[in-house]
Amino acid sequence: MEKRVLFRSGWLPWLLLTPQLAVITVFFFWPASQALLQSLQMQDAFGTSTEWVGLQNFRQLFTDEAYLDSFKTTAWFSLLVAALGISISLVLAVFADRIVRGAMFYKTFLILPYAVAPAVAGVLWVFMFSPTLGVVAYGLEKIGIHWNHLLDSGHALTLIVLAAVWKQISYNFLFFLAGLQSIPKSLIEAAAMDGAGPWRRFWSIQFPLLTPTTFFLLVINMVYAFFDTFAIVDATTQGGPGRDTAILVYKVYYDGFKALDLGGSAAQSVVLMVIVIALTVVQFRYVEKKVTY
Amino acid sequence: MVERNPVLNVLSHAVMWLGVAIVAFPLYLAFVASSHTAQDIVQAPMPLLPGGNLWETYKTALLGGGDGAGSTAPVARMMWVSFVTAMVITVGKIAISLLSAFAVVYFRFPFKQLCFWAIFVTLMLPVEVRIGPTYQVVSDLGMLNSYAGLTVPLIASATATFLFRQFFLTVPDELVEAARMDGAGPMRFFKDVLVPLSSTSIAALFVIQFIYGWNQYLWPLLATTSEDMYPVVIGIKRMIAGGDAANDWNVVMATAILAMLPPALVVVLMQKWFVKGLVDTEK
Repeated sequence: MEKRVLFRSGWLPWLLLTPQLAVITVFFFWPASQALLQSLQMQDAFGTSTEWVGLQNFRQLFTDEAYLDSFKTTAWFSLLVAALGISISLVLAVFADRIVRGAMFYKTFLILPYAVAPAVAGVLWVFMFSPTLGVVAYGLEKIGIHWNHLLDSGHALTLIVLAAVWKQISYNFLFFLAGLQSIPKSLIEAAAMDGAGPWRRFWSIQFPLLTPTTFFLLVINMVYAFFDTFAIVDATTQGGPGRDTAILVYKVYYDGFKALDLGGSAAQSVVLMVIVIALTVVQFRYVEKKVTY
Repeated sequence: MVERNPVLNVLSHAVMWLGVAIVAFPLYLAFVASSHTAQDIVQAPMPLLPGGNLWETYKTALLGGGDGAGSTAPVARMMWVSFVTAMVITVGKIAISLLSAFAVVYFRFPFKQLCFWAIFVTLMLPVEVRIGPTYQVVSDLGMLNSYAGLTVPLIASATATFLFRQFFLTVPDELVEAARMDGAGPMRFFKDVLVPLSSTSIAALFVIQFIYGWNQYLWPLLATTSEDMYPVVIGIKRMIAGGDAANDWNVVMATAILAMLPPALVVVLMQKWFVKGLVDTEK
């Protein structure tokens, strides 16, 4: 799409673009290309010599048990976060859509978690589930569940999933609500006149018409679980127990900044870049085309 | 509403209350914890009703110097760092994006498509996947532990540019023609017509970017090493150290409340723009 009427100037557009181009060159293209270069290099422990190793970092990565485990953890984690977050929010949005009185009140509360920083959300949830003083852990103890996310990796994964879903409910809820409200009322009314009850109307009209929204949210939630949950993991389990909740982003950080394996960390960054690009492409290709109708 | 169905109405409200309870419980608990002394909380189960230590706790948190095992730096300073960081990111992003979107939409110049794609690509890679090399660049430029180091690398993303580009494309061409006929140059048109027209988009973007800037974690974690440059989100994490009983949980929870207060206020008070911003930035 182009404007019919344009301004003419040889230098002004460049001047206008300079700030943005400068910032993305220095802090985006340069680092991203460095990540690509480093992923093909290996440095000795003191950083004094660097040699080209080709794809060896990647080969090492995909034979590394710990990395493959981290992949599996991330896959489980993002799947659970997306599935739980989307279904809970859908239920809330469908009922919120029915409500006339008090809708604003409920909505205001439900959007609050969006404002809470992931790290703060992590701290809140770790406080509730702390094995020695957490309220929820205490309650679980009473019904016979011995909660300890510091020792049990299943518990640890549950904790980060819960915190991550809690934070994402607002986002999913708002999009589902917007989606529901854009469905023409006449469709619902016609179906009601033909004798379809609320249950039937949801499955035959609302749910199918929400498919694009659902698919869009699926991609967004995957990206969220992959990248934005670093702070939640760092504030709750720190990848533990062992490395059982070390999702991919956490591992990039840990290997690069704690274990100082630059080549390995850069190779992991490159793998992550490929994943984000793939997810973005999926989003652009399919979400725009409105999936199924 | 299509039909009257009292049972379904009651069910709707019940489900909404359940949702609100799930969402609000952690927040309520944090508030309750912040109103007690550290000793009260360590005794499981902790009290579920507010106590009388509210004022004391927040004073300790804001001014620092509690006796928890982790960091006891003053939260007031952290809040200031967070505020400046969030504002610089927000204003910086909006300003450079308005300019570059204007250039891309209203001018024809060589390599326009190339510039456009160069900006477009940055949408794809969040800062999380390039932390290592970005850290090296920032450290080589001597920008660690400074506001510049905290903010500029996060400005390097194109969400806002795209939002403004989309919006500018919907602005009728007649406005440019009229402005030209009145003898206005491009910058005059930008300042007097385009920016005022964009005010709702700017407001919506402001809300989203402010929350984004305030809630950043991974990047500040790397870019700051000295206590007086910690944003509050980093600071709260550093307060937790050692065993559960060793922490002043009341102070930690007071900090959590303080840390979520500014973005929560922005979201609630500017709800309309928040929803608009959320929907627009994802399109």
